[in-house]
Formats: sequence, structure tokens, C-alpha cells
Amino acid sequence: MPDQVGLYRQMYRIRRFEETVLDAFPKGLFYGTTHTYIGQEANAAGVLAHLGAQDIVFSNHRCHGHFIAYGGDLRALFAELMGKATGVCGGLGGSQHLHWRNFYSNGVLGSTAPIAVGTALAEKAKGNPAVAILFLGDGALGEGTVYESLNMASLWGAPILFVVENNHIAQTTPIELALAGDIAARFSAFGIPCQRLDSSDALEIHTLAGAELAALRAAPGPRALVLDTQRFGPHSKGDDTRDEATMAEIRTRRDPLALLAPALADAERAALEAEVEAEVAAAFGQAEADPFPEALP
Amino acid sequence: MTSVLQALNRGLHAAFQDSRVYLLGEDVLDPYGGAFKVSQGLSTAYPERVWTSPVSEAGLAGVAAGMALRGLRPVVEIMFGDFSTLIADQMINSISKFGSMYGGAVQVPLVVRTPMGGRRGYGPTHSQTLEKLFLGVPGLRTLAANALSDPGELLRQAILEDDGPVFFIENKLLYLQPVLTAEDLQDFEMELHTPPGAYATTHTLRLKGAPAPALTLTAYGYMAELARQAQLRLAFEHEVFCELVVPTQLAPLAAGGALDAALAASLSKSGRLLAIEEGSYTLGWGAEVLARAAQALPGRLKTAARLAAADAPIPASRPLEEAALPDVEDILATAQKMV
Repeated sequence: MPDQVGLYRQMYRIRRFEETVLDAFPKGLFYGTTHTYIGQEANAAGVLAHLGAQDIVFSNHRCHGHFIAYGGDLRALFAELMGKATGVCGGLGGSQHLHWRNFYSNGVLGSTAPIAVGTALAEKAKGNPAVAILFLGDGALGEGTVYESLNMASLWGAPILFVVENNHIAQTTPIELALAGDIAARFSAFGIPCQRLDSSDALEIHTLAGAELAALRAAPGPRALVLDTQRFGPHSKGDDTRDEATMAEIRTRRDPLALLAPALADAERAALEAEVEAEVAAAFGQAEADPFPEALP
Repeated sequence: MTSVLQALNRGLHAAFQDSRVYLLGEDVLDPYGGAFKVSQGLSTAYPERVWTSPVSEAGLAGVAAGMALRGLRPVVEIMFGDFSTLIADQMINSISKFGSMYGGAVQVPLVVRTPMGGRRGYGPTHSQTLEKLFLGVPGLRTLAANALSDPGELLRQAILEDDGPVFFIENKLLYLQPVLTAEDLQDFEMELHTPPGAYATTHTLRLKGAPAPALTLTAYGYMAELARQAQLRLAFEHEVFCELVVPTQLAPLAAGGALDAALAASLSKSGRLLAIEEGSYTLGWGAEVLARAAQALPGRLKTAARLAAADAPIPASRPLEEAALPDVEDILATAQKMV
């Protein structure tokens, strides 16, 4: 039985972190840009709830949600976006390039696929039962190296779960203009079992991801999970070209927080939200007060 | 006699004594043992650690990066250096960056080995010398094997003793050259420059009993061998005495200062510098070497020149290929004009 309170808390933490980033961006506190995860929170929370301590997570440019669900520290993430010395990578990586424990992200779409396969194969070669989880967006499916990776993962039995978060839009290009054929068929063509779920319900995602990871641990070899989702925010800070009516409809229908909220008692949810508000505000304040790095390492 | 190819093969076998070492590449299994046979015998001796791969250079480099991130020491064989363009994204945006962009928390100890160079008639996409595309990439060490000291030992050290990524350049014609012995080099005095903590050596060769050099030659890889032949002929046929400086580390150029120090020592005597390379002329290794020498020795560099391949695709036809690539005669002609 999924931990409904835990899932809600994790998603609410991601949501408030990302909203805080978007709200504060105009103040000039952050460097570069940011790719927010608002609307997709159920994927990170539902999949990563099943993580073992040794497991490896590879993420992409839209990595804050994955990092937070992995257990990453909010202050260190704010600080990384602010270029501070206390950031996840001491301010060297910024929003898209995070590494902490067994979590890695990189900003070049698709480039992470072979690397994640390599980490899975390395752990297998070392006799470690760890698995790797790779988050990809639908946009990354245009990159050839992804298909080289699927081929090698299948040939060499890499213990990896490919998680495609299909939010149906790559920057501003709708999926209809960028992707031919079927996503699941891409995996089955390489002999990789693939499950697909069109949902923003964290409980459904949690259940399916749990089954997939259990299957992966029982019989190591690549598997794939395609999660159809929707992002509510712009690709980066303010570049959404979708019309307001579409966005309103998506937000009404696909909000993972609203979908899970009824599972919690009102008082419990209110207390949890207040707690998270305080946590996020404190983390932001601490990061703001943190020092900048002094010199290139 | 040990050929450079045999030495490299021995270096790989020696590195495989460490169970963290894996070899990934196309057609690397025995009995084939790789297109140029450098990997021969490894898959028989270590079947579980030699992975023959699909034709997927980009993905392969990434897989190796992931293995290196998790504590293994993979070696990637890229069949022809020309195909290193396919691994450029992994090399430039991941492999060379992880060490610093993740705040210094990870290492990527992998070696990408590949043969470069022409003179075999393989035509425009199998004859190039492309390492210059990678030489300016921060975080990536580029080494070039030569026949002056054991290239197998250099490879073994790159695999086992270097905690960062290494792009290891071999040369197709160098493979069949003998690793030079003291007897082979009896006409020369050889000075070695190895910076503290480094393993890649820069060699300075001068002819025994020769007067002060009128010219400093610098070259790496197979061109170093041609430059050595030119150095002998310049002395015996033209009474032009040169010193030859041969680095094994091409990048980072400044690290430890071995090349700079060796060049400065030679140039303080000769004041004239000729940089020779098989890569194409424009914006190449030699341009950087000349610029550094000019900066390090203001007013003391009397003349400097570069010799390199034409800025053109390498033709398949033998006479045209010869015209495109620098050879001993070109070195002789250029050197004579400089003194």
C-alpha cells in the first residue's frame, strides 16, 4: 500500500520549491535559466519511492523534482541555482548539472542514456544488485544515442529502468511535430519490456513503478516505463507558447496534488503543507545568505 | 625487436592484471583482435572483460563513462580516429566535464584509444589526424604514442594511474615501427623531461658531438619519427644541426610545463622553431606551440614556422596523398630555408 502522506509531502515539496524558483527569478537571484517540473511531480515521487540506497538515478535538464524525490537537500539545490559555495556542486553545475550520492544529471538531451546504461553495467559487473533509473523526456527520443543505448542495454542485460516522461512538448514543439511512430514500440523493437501509463495519479504511478522495479530486480535486464504527463509551466522561465485555455484545462484535469489531496484528511494535509512551506522558506533564506565560491577550483 | 603495436598490446595485457579494466570496442574479439590487432589475445585471456560492441561509437563512449563513474577503468577502442567525431559529445559535454562540474566529487578514469593518420590510401574518412579537435577541451588529457620510449607502458599508466579521462592517439604507420632501443638511438643524446607527478614524457634528441643547434624541431607521434630521420639527414647531408623535441602529452599543453621547458631550453640555443604535425595546417597544434614559444621567449625567437597537412581532405590516390601530407623531404626543405 503506497504511503499516501509521504507521496503528497514529496510532491508538495517539489511544487513549492519550483514555485519559489519561478517567483524569485525576476529578482535576479538565480543564474541562467530553470526548467521546472510543475505538473510532473507524481512521476518522480511515485517512481523514486521504490529506490534502494545503492540504486542510481540519472536525470536530465528538468532535474529538480527528481533530485528532491531522491532525497536531495532543498537548501543545497536553491544554493546551486544561486551559484553559491554551499550548492549541490558548489555552484559549478547550476540548475541542470547535479550530482549527489548516486544521483547524476546532465543538460544534453539523450547524452545521459549511454552513461546510465554504463553505470548499470558497472554495478552488475561488480556484483552489486543495484539498478539504474534513467529519466528521459519525449524530446530526447529524437537523439540517436538513445537508440544506441537501448540496443546495448538489451544486448548486455543492463539492469536499468528507462522512464520516459512524455509531457507531449519539447520546448515549444508539440510531440506531433517531433516524434513519429509509437514510444513503447521503440523499446519493444529492442526487446525491452515496456509499460505505459497515462496518469498524473501518484498512487497509480507508484504501483506500476513498484511492479516494474520489482520485476527488474528479480530478473536484471532493461525495462521501460512510459509515463504520459503534462507540464504546467514553461520550458524554461517564460517561454510557453501554449494557449491559456489549454493550460487551464490541463491544470484542472492533471494536477497530481489535487488528485491525491482527497486521500488525506483536511487537517493532516493543512499541517503538512504548512510544514513544507516553512521548510522551503527556510531553505531559500539560508541559501540566499550563503556565500559565493571564491575562485575556480 | 618489439613493434609499437606489440608494445601497446603488452601494455593492455599488463593493465588487465587489474580487474577494474574493461575493453569495449568494435570487432575486438579474438581471433580478429581489433582492426589493427592491438587488442589481440585479450578476449581469450579475459572473456568477461572484453565486450565487442555494435557500431555505436557515441553510445560506447557514454557506456564507458558510466562504467568509469562507478569505479571501473574502461578502455574504449575506436577503430579509426576519424570516428572520434562521433564521440565528441560524450568527450566534450560529459566525460571531460564531470570531474569539475559536479564540484570535484567524481572521477572519470577512462581511456579512449584510436589510430590516426594517413599514408595507407584509405581515403578521406579513414586517414585523418583529428586530435586537434579535442586538444582545447578542458579536463581531457590527450597523449600521442611514439617509438622513443615504451608506448605500452605509457598506455598502461594512462589506464591504471590516471584518474581522469585520456584520449590516446596511436598512428597507423607507427604500429609497425620498432620501439627504439639504445642501440637504435646510439647516434643521439636523449634528454627526458617528466614533470613531477606526471607520467607522460617529453624527449629532446640531439646528435652526439653536434655543435649548438641552429634549429629546434618539434613533432609528435609518427611525425616525430619522420622528423628524426630528417634530423639525421640535415646533419649528415646539409650540416644543419637540429634538436628535436617530442612530447607524448599534447594536452593540456601547459601541465607541468614539460614541453614548454624542453622547448625553452632548446630555443634558448637555436632561436628557431619548426613545428611539424600530420593534422591539417590551420588552427592546429603547431600554431599553439609557436604562440606559446613566442610568448615565453619575447624577442628571442628569430624565426618560426609550421609544417602540416594541407587544409584539404586526404585523397585516396597515393601521389595525391603524399602531396597532402608532410614528409621527410618537406621537413628538409623547410628547415634549410629557416637557417
